[in-house]
Parts: sequence; C-alpha cells; structure tokens
Amino acid sequence: MVAAPEGQSALLYIDLHLVHEVTSPQAFDGLRANRRRLRQPLRTVATVDHNIPTTPRGLPITDPIAAKQIEALQKNCREFGVPLFDMDSAEQGIVHVIGPELGITLPGMTIVCGDSHTSTHGAFGSLAFGIGTSEVEHVLATQCLPQKKPKTMQIHVTGKLADGVTSKDLALGIIGRIGTDGATGYVIEYTGEAVRGLSMEARMTLCNMSIEAGARAGLIAPDDTTFAYASGRRFAPKGKDWEASVAYWRTLATDRGATFDRVVEVDASSLAPFVTWGTNPGMVVAVNGRVPELKSFAQESDRRAAEQALAYMGLDPGTPIEAIAVDRVFIGSCTNSRIEDLRAAARVAKGQHVNPKVRAMVVPGSQAIKRAAEQEGLHRIFLDAGFEWRESGCSMCLGMNPDILQPGERCASTSNRNFEGRQGRGGRTHLVSPMMAAAAAIAGHFTDIRDWQFH
Amino acid sequence: MQPFRKHTGVVVPLDKVNVDTDQIIPKQFLKRIERTGFGEFLFYDWRFVGDGKERKKTTGDFVLDQPRYAKASILVAGKNFGCGSSREHAVWALADFGFRVVIASSFADIFANNSLKNGLLTVRLNEEQVAGIMRRAKEIENYQLTVDLENSQVDDGRGFTATFTMDEFSRHCLLNGLDDIGLTLEHEARIAAYEAEHPVRAEMKAILGGLARP
Repeated sequence: MVAAPEGQSALLYIDLHLVHEVTSPQAFDGLRANRRRLRQPLRTVATVDHNIPTTPRGLPITDPIAAKQIEALQKNCREFGVPLFDMDSAEQGIVHVIGPELGITLPGMTIVCGDSHTSTHGAFGSLAFGIGTSEVEHVLATQCLPQKKPKTMQIHVTGKLADGVTSKDLALGIIGRIGTDGATGYVIEYTGEAVRGLSMEARMTLCNMSIEAGARAGLIAPDDTTFAYASGRRFAPKGKDWEASVAYWRTLATDRGATFDRVVEVDASSLAPFVTWGTNPGMVVAVNGRVPELKSFAQESDRRAAEQALAYMGLDPGTPIEAIAVDRVFIGSCTNSRIEDLRAAARVAKGQHVNPKVRAMVVPGSQAIKRAAEQEGLHRIFLDAGFEWRESGCSMCLGMNPDILQPGERCASTSNRNFEGRQGRGGRTHLVSPMMAAAAAIAGHFTDIRDWQFH
Repeated sequence: MQPFRKHTGVVVPLDKVNVDTDQIIPKQFLKRIERTGFGEFLFYDWRFVGDGKERKKTTGDFVLDQPRYAKASILVAGKNFGCGSSREHAVWALADFGFRVVIASSFADIFANNSLKNGLLTVRLNEEQVAGIMRRAKEIENYQLTVDLENSQVDDGRGFTATFTMDEFSRHCLLNGLDDIGLTLEHEARIAAYEAEHPVRAEMKAILGGLARP
C-alpha cells in the first residue's frame, strides 16, 4: 500500500500489470491524449492472445479488424517500451498461462490485467484481479490503483477429490452452490486439505473460476507446492534472492484463527464430475444427474432464468445429462489448457477415436505448453484420435478469432463461461473438465468419466 | 469524465437476472480500438438478427426497440447486472446508447467500477424496490424517475422515493467528474518512495529489458 488518504480509497501499488490486445488500445490512447508517460515499463508485460488465430503462425490474419488491434498493441509496446511476447514469440500464450509459466507471477504480488480471469494468479498467494480499460490506463500512468477493501470469504474444502473429479469440478460445484453472485464484493481464500493437495495448475483452475462466483480475486496461501513450481523459472529470483523470497513468502499465510466475513464449507469427497446445463456457470449438475425441473426453483426470477436458459440451450427439463449429444469439443482456455490438463485429456483419448459426428479441438495455452506436449507425444495421441491440434491462444473460449460455434451447435468446453453466444451466436456451451470433454468427444455425448475404460 | 449530479429520464425495464457483459456487448464488437461508437451494438444478439457482418435487422421484440422506450435513459434490471467479462466496452455501449443510470439490486464488481469511470451511475436498491420500479415501468406509459446523486435519492414524482448508498469517495468523484489518475499522481512522492524501497527484480530488468524493442 502506497497511501491511505483520508476519505479516499487506499492506494495499492501494482507489482505486475499484464496487458493484451483487446482491452488496452484505448488506455494507451488515453496516455497519449493526456501526455502521460508509462510509469513502469518493466512491471508491464504484454502478449497477444484474445483474437489471434490458432491456425499455423505463418498464415495471415484474415480478420482485418483483429489484425489492426494486434498492430495497435505492437505499436504501443514499441512506443512505450513495454516487453511484448508477440505472435511469433516462443513465449506467446494466454496471458494467465504465461505469467506463471515464465516465473513472472510469484507469491505476494499485486497483479492486475484488463481481463476478469486475472484471478488465476491468486493460486500463488497473490492479490490478482481483473480491471477495466480506464483502470488499465490508471495503472499504466501511475502503477497504482485506488481500491476499497473487499470483504473476505473462506472456502474451506475438506476431504479428497475422487478419481475423475478435478479442481474444475470443485470450482463448478462451489459456483453451483453459492451462485454466480455468491462472492460478489468478496475476495475468496481457498483453504483445507483438498486445496493443499492440489497441484499448482489445478489451483490455477480453481482460482481462475473465482470470478464466475462474482469474486474479483480468489487466492491460496503459498506453500512448498507453490515454491517447487516457481523455482528455477525464467524470471523467478535465483540464488540468495530466491532463498530470501521463499522466507518472505512463508510469512504470507493467513494467521491461524483469523476470522472471515463469510465461511463456506465444502466436502470434496461429495463432489462428482459436473456439467453445466444452462447459460451461466452456476447452472450446473453432476454428470449422472438430470437437467432440473422448473418447479425445483424456489424464486420466480430464477425459475424464469432457467426457463429462458433451457429454451436457449434446446433442452427439456428432466433430460439425463448423459443423454445429451455434442457437436463440438473444445479443450483449452486460461482455465484448462495447461500441460496437466492436456495429459489428462490425452489419457482419455489414447487409443480411441473422436465420434464421427463430433469436431474436437485442442488448443494449448501457450507455445511452451505446445512444445512440452509435443515432446511427450501428446499431440500424436490427439491427432491419431481425430482431435485438431492448434496453435496457442484464447480461441473458442470467447470466439473472438475464427474458432466459433455455428448457431445451434452444442459444445463440451473446458472454458469458463457458458453465457448465451459466448462461443458464437446461438452456440450452446456446456462447461466440463478436460477429461470429461475428451470423453464426450469420443462417446459423442456426455459420459461419466468415473466409468471410463482407459486404454 | 462527465459529472453526474441529477438526472430525470424515462425508465426501460430489462426484466432479466444475471445480465452478463457478453450480452451487453458481444465479443465481435470488441475489436474496435476507440472508446466511441459502441452504442449501436448494445445488446446486439438480443436486438438484431445476424452476427453484425450484414445490415442490421432488429428482432423487433426486444424491450429497447419498443417505441415507448425510445427515449429511455435509465435502465432497470434484475440482480447481478454486468457479471462476467471485465470489458469496459459494456459501459461504453450503455453510455453511448444514451443511458445515464442503471438500477438493480446488485452489480458485478468490475462492471460497477467501470461505470464509475465513465459517469454512468449504478444505483443499488433492494429487490422489492427494483421490482416496484420494474412493474411501473411496464405499466405506466412514459414512466420517469429523477435520480439525485447529491441527495442519494430516487423519486418518481408519484409517491415512490428511495435512498441509495454509495461510498463517499466514489460519490465525490462522480459529482465532480474528477480524473482519478490526476488524484493518484498527487501522491507522486509516496509512490516514488515505495518504488525506491521495492525495485524491479534483477531478472525482470535484465531479460525483459532485452526483449523490449524501443
């Protein structure tokens, strides 16, 4: 904290500002219009991810407006001296994937980005949250942001996730319970043995989805798992600096006995693989369940929302989830495109074939993940099974590039939002884990991964 | 920023909960690099047929297109308005379309923040009050509200009044149309002192410095 002026919001210093092509051009224009400089180019890191094609990098960008936005970022980064992991860079990737992967994201930082899924970086015990373009400009100009103190929510997860149940399912289970506005106004801290037992990548998936419960940020206290992940990464501290950093990071955990404004208890062992049935991430049910009956909603507004959602999704109440056939499968996004996600999906796909009625796509989160997967031969497994193997980017998570659903197409997606039209106008999105998505691609419909015969 | 003191206008009811920013402004319109011109794409998928590449044709049944709401400048909607993506384009689209106020029982955090920066007032009332406004906006032709930020009050001149709360600093900035970047820069000495104590770490300096192409 830099200052806490009387009668104003506290002024937070921002350690890391991540920038991408879609929410930054107007902010750089603002700097120019007001003759302001970029205060800290080396605490600012840019990449292109949202609207770039996932076809081979040598091909031209066919969308002229997307090309113009990418050019604007290139020009702005040159003019203001911002490090840019560009289209042709070996480090390019989804902004929330490359930050952690390169050791740019570390514990105890304040991190912002003009993207709501900035909450991902909370997995390191950082305060990381999404901001709008005016705030992007504010941070570019001042490296600070005035912030009101949020309320605190503890989500305490006991027990152990069963085989086939992932941190994506944990996130969906939590949102299904507290609702998409359940954590609005709060920052979530995830605690408990089930959270401690998660890998860093699984923790990122969990924190990533905090915004889908309304929380701007969700975080997990850093521990040995965190330090082991960050150690040796390209931009992480080295030698004595590393030792000193770890010693400091160990002090960051919440005090024993601290109180929270709200506490939610979750038993991990009670969770199943989840599938969303509606048009927000809170409309979710276990894979062995059914699309809910409208009379099960107590509130009139929720019942009406469910009715509208089912009409949009083309589903009848009471339909078993496993009876829902899919046309498309998307494995990717800042939620589920990391190497562990790809390994999990490949394990399901190995020796199998994508259903002839399904088009399935795997989009690694970054160029580094793509290389790692190819080294392990995962791409072979996917290609042999009939999946497309693409270049890195946000892709079909938000359909700003050519990877979109056609009207009425139904998609099993490992992304984070099933809003109307999110993946393409009229497209119907069901959110699932990477294993569940791969299984749906092969079966042609949703299927319980806990019953899967692995080859 | 345009200051907000008091506004009187026609109310349009958007009777839906969890209106997300993907609906307010679909992604195919986020590629513009200006802040202006987003109004015509507001609620595009609900208002228009097609994906925006061809000439626009309205679906005809969306509430904003009903002639009685043509002059509306106050939007009343269900809970959790503005959830989802951080895109400020959603606020730019609402403001560019002519909205000065959105009333709901709750707003997503990022959306509410973005609104503040653009002089769009988000008024939080309880569910009962919102339902009442929604009902009257549907039943009464040309139903208007006066939203007075100085007194934190909403009044329809027909007997309905409600007070709303907002943190003092945000209210102060909105009332005066303050540039909050300017306010932050008044703390230059404090920021510089903080930076002196917390220098950029060596790895970022050495490697990212080399990557930048000035």
